[in-house]
Amino acid sequence: MALSDVVTLGQYIPGNSLLHRLDPRTKFLAAITLTILLFFVTKLTGYIFFLVLFLAVVTASGIPLRFLLRGLRPILFLILFTFIVQALFSQEGNVILQWGFLVIRDAGLWKAFFMSFRLTLLVLVTTLLTLVTSPIDLTDGLDRLFSFLHVLRIPVHEIAMMMTIALRFIPTLLDETDTIVKAQISRGAPLDRGNIFRRLRGFVAVLIPLFVSAFRRADELAQAMESRCYRGGEGRTRMRAMVLHWTDLWTALVALALGLVTLAFNWLAVP
Amino acid sequence: MRIEAEHLTYIYGPGLPWEKRALDDVSLRIEEGEFVGLVGETGSGKSTLVQLLNGILRPTSGRVLLDGVDLTDRRKPIWKARLQVGLVFQFPESQLFAETVAEDIAFGPRNLGLSQQEVSKRVEESLLKVGLEPALFRQRSPFTLSGGEKRLVAIAGILAMWPRVLIVDEVTAGLDPRGKRDILTRIKLLHRNERATVIMISHDMDEIVSLVERVVVLKSGRICRQGQTTEVFSDEESLAGCGIRLPTIPQILSSLVKAGWRLPVSIFDVREAARLIAQEYHHGTV
Repeated sequence: MALSDVVTLGQYIPGNSLLHRLDPRTKFLAAITLTILLFFVTKLTGYIFFLVLFLAVVTASGIPLRFLLRGLRPILFLILFTFIVQALFSQEGNVILQWGFLVIRDAGLWKAFFMSFRLTLLVLVTTLLTLVTSPIDLTDGLDRLFSFLHVLRIPVHEIAMMMTIALRFIPTLLDETDTIVKAQISRGAPLDRGNIFRRLRGFVAVLIPLFVSAFRRADELAQAMESRCYRGGEGRTRMRAMVLHWTDLWTALVALALGLVTLAFNWLAVP
Repeated sequence: MRIEAEHLTYIYGPGLPWEKRALDDVSLRIEEGEFVGLVGETGSGKSTLVQLLNGILRPTSGRVLLDGVDLTDRRKPIWKARLQVGLVFQFPESQLFAETVAEDIAFGPRNLGLSQQEVSKRVEESLLKVGLEPALFRQRSPFTLSGGEKRLVAIAGILAMWPRVLIVDEVTAGLDPRGKRDILTRIKLLHRNERATVIMISHDMDEIVSLVERVVVLKSGRICRQGQTTEVFSDEESLAGCGIRLPTIPQILSSLVKAGWRLPVSIFDVREAARLIAQEYHHGTV
């Protein structure tokens, strides 16, 4: 399997859904809202409502859920780790299982569940944003959204540009890693067999070529940009001006309302 | 080494929005010592096919047999069997990583678990095989070499593993004419002197007809045509149907034929073609 099938963050799937057509600024703010909301929700009903809300958004995006879930695979370990630590080391609640020094308490289990839920949704929301927004739109959106920071002498445009380039190159570098890994395995590199130390040693043969090519790419990109007179954001005009539509306003309002409803569900409900 | 591919199908990203059937029921048989050309348009499945033949990809369905040993059998550790098929990837110089040329070439043999002595013997020998003087190149950094030299070193790195089949994927792409000629000469010699089975992917039909005995043409993941080189390249129309154009000389001859000259089309040698054209010009009907 190709690496780019595993890591979905930073990939963009072109489409024509409502989510694809929204202004990147709206999408970005909505994603931020969802993320912040995630930290305010503390009760089961709140989580359920949040999950339903998120699934509705995913359906509207036309991105297969299966594909979105693939994005979790690389951080599965982190999620499991969070779950286990929370479940084992929480000191609150009643003991429900004890085995030697390992104690599992009911409150700890709840907490473990919610923490991993949060982490999962956090990644899913971010992944969804990049899946339905082309890197160019995303940068332009961020650029515009934070341009007010310019008065504080923060190079907003440059930061946004660096971010896009980083995002843009994730799939490229993954494909490249894939090719190099294949090439070295074809030379018998112990990348897919043997113990962990053997495998790690084999990885030097992957990392060095990867770095060499990343630097070469960076250099070529810089030259290509300079040869088109790129010199940062100053005085730069846009080919595609961003215009906020009524849909954007509606989306923002709906997002806000749903956020409040989620919070209401969270506070009003029985724990 | 005999390679048999049976009903190979390979699907990239099954179930994803960009699911792609790269190969569709391809069966192929390559005998020991053959020199086979693999051609087809971009995206016709050539690279996927050769990666299946060396076991780096597992087919979605179908199997690959190397001298009767099933490469797709999940129950057996196949990594050693797989290394008998040496695959030189596109732009293989991008896999160079060691500090010296010798170290880089030694990577493969070391992974095979060979003794230090055997490894250095193979490094010398592989450098000679690709026409690089060991004394001059052994201690240089691969990153200081020219494009053509880098590629030769990368090929040497594969040859040092003593593969019984050599597969090269667009091995001359992006090289200057001299680099191209050097590499093709080396591959021809390997085939002739070592009786190595060679499979060559190329977009350059002139390259193909000057080297290979048999051609396999792929189109959209299926075999479109296959047969002896002279035979495949004598039928312009069916070849065009596979998205392939004639090599330069047959193209010229074919144009002359259309203009009323009486000439054979499947001639690949410049001198031979020139002789026939001159003969027709002086004594012919034009």
